[in-house]
Amino acid sequence: MLHLAILLPLLASLFIPFLYKQFRSVHTGWFVLLVPLTLVIYFSQYISQTMAGETVTQSMQWIPSLGINFVAYLDGLGLLFALLITGIGTLVVLYSIYYLDAKKEALHNFYVYLLLFMTAMLGIVLSDNMIVLYMFWEMTSISSFLLIGYWYERERSRYGAQKSMLITVFGGLSMLGGISILSLLSGSFSIRESFSTLSTYSDDPLFLVALVLFLLAAFTKSAQFPFHIWLPDAMEAPTPVSAYLHSATMVKAGLYLVARMSPIFAETPLWFYLVSGVGMFTLFWGSLNAVKQVDLKAILAYSTISQLGLIMSLLGLGAAALQVEALPDSLYTIATVAAVFHLINHATFKGSLFMMAGIVDHETGTRDLRKLGGLSQLMPVTFTIAMIGTLSMAGVPPFNGFLSKEMFLTGVNQVSESGLFHLETFGFLFPLFAVVGSIFTFVYSLLIVYRTFLGPKQHDKLPKKPHEAPLGMLVSPIFLASLVILIGLFPNLLSNTLIRPAVEAILPQVLAAGGEIDVHIKLWHGFNTELLFTFIIITVGFLLFKTFPKWQSLYHRMPKSFSLNHQYDGLLRRGENVSTGIHDAVMTGYMRSYLVYIFGFIVLLVLSSLFFFDAFAFDVDPLSSISTYEIILVLVLVSSALSITFARSRLTSIILLGVAGYTVALFFVLFRAPDLALTQLVIETVSVALFLLVFYHMPEISRKEERIKFKLGNAAISILVGLSVTLVALASLSQRSFASIAKYYIDNVADLAAGGNMVNVILVDFRGFDTLFEISVLAIAGLGIYAMIHFRKTGGIDK
Amino acid sequence: MEIIMAIAAGILTMCAVYLILSKSILRIIIGTGLLSHAAHLIVITMGGLKTGAAPVLEEGVTKYTDPLPQALVLTAIVISFGVTAFFLVLAYRAYQELGTDNIEEMKGTDTND
Repeated sequence: MLHLAILLPLLASLFIPFLYKQFRSVHTGWFVLLVPLTLVIYFSQYISQTMAGETVTQSMQWIPSLGINFVAYLDGLGLLFALLITGIGTLVVLYSIYYLDAKKEALHNFYVYLLLFMTAMLGIVLSDNMIVLYMFWEMTSISSFLLIGYWYERERSRYGAQKSMLITVFGGLSMLGGISILSLLSGSFSIRESFSTLSTYSDDPLFLVALVLFLLAAFTKSAQFPFHIWLPDAMEAPTPVSAYLHSATMVKAGLYLVARMSPIFAETPLWFYLVSGVGMFTLFWGSLNAVKQVDLKAILAYSTISQLGLIMSLLGLGAAALQVEALPDSLYTIATVAAVFHLINHATFKGSLFMMAGIVDHETGTRDLRKLGGLSQLMPVTFTIAMIGTLSMAGVPPFNGFLSKEMFLTGVNQVSESGLFHLETFGFLFPLFAVVGSIFTFVYSLLIVYRTFLGPKQHDKLPKKPHEAPLGMLVSPIFLASLVILIGLFPNLLSNTLIRPAVEAILPQVLAAGGEIDVHIKLWHGFNTELLFTFIIITVGFLLFKTFPKWQSLYHRMPKSFSLNHQYDGLLRRGENVSTGIHDAVMTGYMRSYLVYIFGFIVLLVLSSLFFFDAFAFDVDPLSSISTYEIILVLVLVSSALSITFARSRLTSIILLGVAGYTVALFFVLFRAPDLALTQLVIETVSVALFLLVFYHMPEISRKEERIKFKLGNAAISILVGLSVTLVALASLSQRSFASIAKYYIDNVADLAAGGNMVNVILVDFRGFDTLFEISVLAIAGLGIYAMIHFRKTGGIDK
Repeated sequence: MEIIMAIAAGILTMCAVYLILSKSILRIIIGTGLLSHAAHLIVITMGGLKTGAAPVLEEGVTKYTDPLPQALVLTAIVISFGVTAFFLVLAYRAYQELGTDNIEEMKGTDTND
């Protein structure tokens, strides 16, 4: 059943084009809406099971011989994500029905991509087999690429889609590397089995490589520094897509991966450093950058980056729980609890904020904060939603963001006290970054509300006359906003149903050690350091907000070349330039250069292998005698060959080639090879005739003949090639390891083949196949020559 | 003798490579001709030189030269002849169509670079 649930959106997507074409009057989204709705109801059934600590495993064979099977595994963590995906999915589909115009948009494309994405996300969070996980992981990259480029006729959409594709696929491929290493170490593709055999391989040096590769995947997907740059550009997608993929689901796939792999990797200090450090810096960097944006969705994008960093750092801090088992009150598990809690909260308020931004865009025609303002009276409902969402994001009571931010501050505070991993020296950085990041979060949250809904009215600048959105569009954000308040007021509704099972899945070691995960979120926890921090954040944030116009210009001080986008574009451009440069330098188009490469490589290979295998031990024992005739012939051959290279006229070189050929024939006579001598004589004669024929037909060239220009490079290469040939010949002469098989031919030529001429008998009897194909070669050459002379290029010179 | 033949073949190869690296097609084909001579001589030399009579059965002779390299070289001669003939006609036709025998000028056309 789980498999069917995962694949249901994929199956449904097959029918979308049909439904779209067949029922043009009905918005296709209504059909789609049934899919996530069914799935939400289906997945809610499992809540009671995961609460009791039970898990569901269902397996389906795929490639059993390689250990790759589609194993669906549902535990608290998986269920939490599945509910997020399907729940927000339902709301987003509902919202998109009102957002996208049925007449103007290619709805079938949109919903097919969206359903594809839903299957991919469900597959990620419910797969136990890492290869299957990877497959779904790349499927999210592809469907996200398609959705970002939905308005493919826009240049910015294509740029954003390409950028997100390059970055997330880079991460995906690193994960594949990590999966390969981990499965080699643990002997299984299953995450649970890898965990159970953890102790046997966790000392392996490759283990850390796998860890880093997995984290690269998580950081690229979840837009962590410095890979966050794709997310703001992904805002070119339709707003429902931004709300769904780029705030609630896909960007949390990296968080899911970190949480899922925590049991395996989290005991390593490197994990703690990387996850919490990168997350913390992303929190700081994202909130710092969000303040300077003027596009509503860009602010939300940077805000998403910052909040993802917050959750990431909490997951990293939660890893400290595994280091110190004897800590009182399960001090560090609170970080993991906060991570899971904030994950849910973020999905609710960020989803509603994106929908709010979409409504503003839809009803006013712009998302530019410099043109917006004073919309509160015209759009009261949207304004309320925005207020709730931003205040929750800023961490103001009584909304849910306040609770998770308090828990976040608790976790951060405890870090420096722990005495782990040298944290006593630089642990103060954590609260510092957290507080500064939170202050800026507060500032941009206020900016969103103030510059969109309050402040001066400037309706004349807007492309459309603003008015309140239709009810259908408001339903989803209202629902999410009510969740924000509901969770804020009654946080314990979630604590035992969803959060505790999820935390237990992230930290199984704590349970195994007999610890208990106590999730009790208090709305009011008395006066403590965290409350003081919140007070500081709100006060300083409010002051900064009031003086914002005065220090806004500080942002423009930073040179453009420092920005990561600039670096990314430069990297792409440099990559292209370098590869074009290499190509242009190497692939000259001249045959001579390629021949130089080939000969050079041969020389290098031959000489170096001769050298390394010490093949210079020449053995001169079994050699034959030397006679005067032979010496004379060798001199003739060598001098003719040398003179060819220096010959001025072509005629001379052709005749010298003939001389060389006849000398070779004479050698065959001396070396007791009558048949060879015969053939060589005849063929040399015919060849020379052919050479002369060609020479004769190149009259113009023959007149302006010149000697070949001596080139030192060519000469060096030819000398080296000649040297290699001689050395190889000598080396193999002196290392003859077994006798020739000639004896067999000599003994059997008369009895078996009834012949006296051994060479001929070998050619037509013992090794007749060679001869058959040699005849074919001649036939093909003949036919080729005929065809070349007979058939002319159309439009070419004709006789 | 084998050592001298190996050196001779090396020199032949050297001249052949030098010719192959030149610009004119005709010289390149002459280079391939020299290269095949070198190869044939090497094969014959590697089989061992003058170890007996010519490989034709004769009463009273017990030691013959190895017939196998000779058969191989015979095949190679014929094949290299076929290829050389083909290349020569190709060079001739290329000259007819393009009006040049300079290999550096045959560098693709403007449309097909």
